[in-house]
Parts: sequence; C-alpha cells; structure tokens
Amino acid sequence: MSHRELDDMLGTAWRKPHFVANPMLRWGLVAGFVAYLIAAFMTIEVDWGRVYEGLDRGAQFVLAFTSPDFVSRAGDIWEGLLESIVMTVAASVVGILISIPIGLGAARNIAPMPIYLICRGIVAISRALQEIIVAILLVAIFGFGPLAGFLTLSFATIGFLSKLLAEDIESMDRVQAEAIKASGARWSQWINYGVQPQVMPRLVGLSMYRIDINFRESAILGLVGAGGIGATLNTAFDRYEYDTAAAILILIIVIVMALEYLSGIIRARVQ
Amino acid sequence: MPVVEQGSSRIWHRRTRNESLIRWFGWLLGVAVFVVCWQRISESTTWFFVWDAPRIANDIWTRATPPRWEYITQLGRPIWDTLNIATLGTMISLVLAVPVAFLAARNTTPSKLFIRPIALLVIVSTRSINSLIWALLLIAIIGPGVFAGVIAIAIRSIGFCAKLLYEAIEEIDHAQVEAITATGASRWQVMAYGIVPQILPAFAGIAVFRWDINIRESTVLGLVGAGGIGLQLSSSLNVLAWPQVSLILLVILAAVVISEWVSAKVRGAII
Repeated sequence: MSHRELDDMLGTAWRKPHFVANPMLRWGLVAGFVAYLIAAFMTIEVDWGRVYEGLDRGAQFVLAFTSPDFVSRAGDIWEGLLESIVMTVAASVVGILISIPIGLGAARNIAPMPIYLICRGIVAISRALQEIIVAILLVAIFGFGPLAGFLTLSFATIGFLSKLLAEDIESMDRVQAEAIKASGARWSQWINYGVQPQVMPRLVGLSMYRIDINFRESAILGLVGAGGIGATLNTAFDRYEYDTAAAILILIIVIVMALEYLSGIIRARVQ
Repeated sequence: MPVVEQGSSRIWHRRTRNESLIRWFGWLLGVAVFVVCWQRISESTTWFFVWDAPRIANDIWTRATPPRWEYITQLGRPIWDTLNIATLGTMISLVLAVPVAFLAARNTTPSKLFIRPIALLVIVSTRSINSLIWALLLIAIIGPGVFAGVIAIAIRSIGFCAKLLYEAIEEIDHAQVEAITATGASRWQVMAYGIVPQILPAFAGIAVFRWDINIRESTVLGLVGAGGIGLQLSSSLNVLAWPQVSLILLVILAAVVISEWVSAKVRGAII
C-alpha cells in the first residue's frame, strides 16, 4: 500500500489490507484454486451408500474405545509391541551412531569438499525414499521379520539426524572452536572439545525426537511384513475385532505420549 | 573436583570421579539394552536369507532395470488421485485444526481446566497414529477408494497443524490484541482483527509444509487400498512386475522432490 497523508484518508472507511497485495496475483490464485477444486471434486468417486452403511461400523469402532480388549489377544499384542520397541531401540542406536560421522561430513565448515558431497548425497537419498517403500524393498531382499524393519528405521534415522546435525554444526559459534584449535589440539580433540559441546544439547533433543518417530513408524512396518505391532493391528482390522484394535491404538498413543513427556524432561535437563 | 593432584602436579579433568562412574554405568546399561534388543532381532531372523541377500538384490536389480517407460501412460490418473488426496486432505485438516488450535492455545482457550486438555488429547492422538493406520481403519468403515485416503490424511494432519498453529497463537504480540479490545470489539472481532492477522503467515507456512508431507504420505496410502499411485505399486509388486515397480518408484521420487521444491519456494516467499 502506498503512503498517503492522514488528511486524505479522513472520512473514508478503513479497509483491511489483503494478505496477497498484488490484486492480479490474488485473483489469479483464487481462480486457479477454485478451478482445481471443481476438477478434484468431479473426479473423486464417493459411494455414499457404502459410506452410509459403514457409519454403523464406525460407531462400533468409536464405542470400542470405551471398552478396549487388552486380554483376549494379550499374547499377540505383547509380542508385537515388544518387537516394535526392540526394533525402535536397536535402530535408533545404530542410526544415531552412523549419523554422527555423516553429520560431521555433511557440515560445510568442517568437511572438505569431496566428503561433503558424498555425505550430502547419502542424506538426500535417505530423505527422499519413504520408510514404507524402503521396507518393501528390504523385505524382498532380506526376507520377512524385524531385521528388515530395523534396517529401514536405521536408514531413515541417518537422513533425518545427519541433516539436522550438519545444519547445527554449520551455525555453531566459530570462536570457541578456534580457541581450542589455538591451544594446539589435534583434529579429534578439536571436535571433542570445540564442536561437540556446542551441538550436544540439540543432538540429544533431536535423537529423542527421532526415537519417538521411529516408534511411530515401527507401528506400520508390520503392514508390509517388516515386523512389529503393525501385523497384529492389520489382522485385528481384517477380522473386525475393533476392541483389540482399539486396545493396540491406545497402547501406541500411551507409549508415544510417555516418550514425548520423557524427551521433554531430558531436553529441559540438557539445555 | 575436576582437578586431580598427582604427586606434585595438578591435572585437569573434564568430570569428577563420581560423574564419570555414573556415565560409565549409563553407557554399560545402554550397551546391555542394545545387545538384548539385537539378540531378539537376530533370533527371529532367518540368517540364510541374509547371507543370500546380495545375490537376491542383484537379481531384483537386473529384473527392475530398465524401467518399463510405456507404463507411464497408465499412471496419469493415479498421480492426479494422489495429488487430490494430499490437497483435499490438507484443506479439510486445516478447517478442523483451526478451532482445535484456538481451543488448545493458553491465551485463547475458553477453559484451561476442561477444554484445553481435550484439545491437547485430540492433537496427541491424531498425531501419534500413522496415516496408513488411519487409512486401514477408514477402509474398514467407509470402503476402499480415494475418499478413504482423503479422510485418513485429513485426520492424521489435524494434530500436526493444530500443534504448530497453537504454538504460533501462544507467541503472538499481546499489545495488538489489547489495542483491538480497547476499541470495544467483541470476542470474535478481537479474533478476526487482533489475532488472525498475526498468525496468518504462520498458518500459510504450516499449510504448505504439511501439504508437502502429505504428498509423500499419499503416495503410499494405496498399499492398503486407499487410492493413489500406491495402488499401482502394490498391484505391480503382487504380480512381481519389477520394471513397472521401478518406474513407479521413479515417479514417486520425482513427485516428492517437486513438492519439496514447491513448498520451499512458497515458504520462502511468505517468510
């Protein structure tokens, strides 16, 4: 909006400024959006009869949350949950251990150019491929079971953690690192005393967050045969045993909440 | 005491003796847990398949290359469906997330004691369950198809959008709200003129960010029957048509990269 004198504006009503200032662009965006919406709604086929029939089952499912059945499939649920937790822990440990050197390599202010490019390449590949697709391929290669899930989660952890760690290292305070270097430190001492203390709080926080994500992801890897609670959940849905499914979902939610609470405490302590 | 006297010389240590003991014990415990987890994974793995893996991987690679390029003519509609699932799902979730966010933010919630915990529960429970599980559930309720995918994405995104949005609402500048209140505005007018303009940029950023994530997620929703390109992926996998699988994976990769680029551009323009 151009500047105007207050006198010009006296007597005219105030109008709210628009979010997108350029009127051509604004109306173009609106028109394009409406056209897209019409096209999208035209092509979506909704079988309202089927939806209406299903509402009954939906109500049953919602009711199942009031009386979840932890008992009758307790063995299967316990096995699946334990496998999910085992996969999460192992994959988080391995993923974090591998992502630290890759994160160091992907930071421009530490690594030389060739190493930087290689590490950035690894990060890009790991981030572009989705967990579930990686899991399908790994199940095809390594066979059914938690090993495929473990490898999938480790691989996904590397992309996530290395990228954020590298960004944190790139934005660190150079003065501290230089002071350590000036005292005659070796490269390893320089990393250990100059760089590591600066990025440690964030690394711990991000690792906790990733453990949280890994657990959530481990709950679906079972759908493609990569171990964990997902297989049990899928079976429960297929057999319309909503009370068991509700029990599993409640357990997942409770564990995720507990992890979030725990990571909040740990992050508050390290920072 | 980080300085230890050894004979006549004083040596600086980073930690006191007790601190290092506790640290060592922590590491020991961590390694023990990891070993137990690894043992469980290794027990339920058929190691013969793992030793055989390089041969299998090579076999799959030779089958999958070159991709069957002609197949791309059949992928137009699934890509359009995937785009619709992500876009419509994001829109529905934003409509639902806005009231939840206002109820969850400390400074706008009508009741801190009763309504805020409910809103937070909605946020946590929708966030901690993966969209594939929501899709599984919705397929059992309303039948397979694009519609189930749209709703699954919508429900899954509520928690994410509402969480970021309520954090943005809690960080607003209070002086502006007070200024609007001082003019005698009603509760709704305060919201429309005092709060909404402050969170609009954050809102647009969240919307685009979540849309990008949803494009990724909707590409695999078809694996459980919820429409989109994942449907083609799972049917190609079922008949072991590896050249088609590799083409579909390339298309998904391109979609993910393009959506990330678009979202980065739009967010760059907003912020």
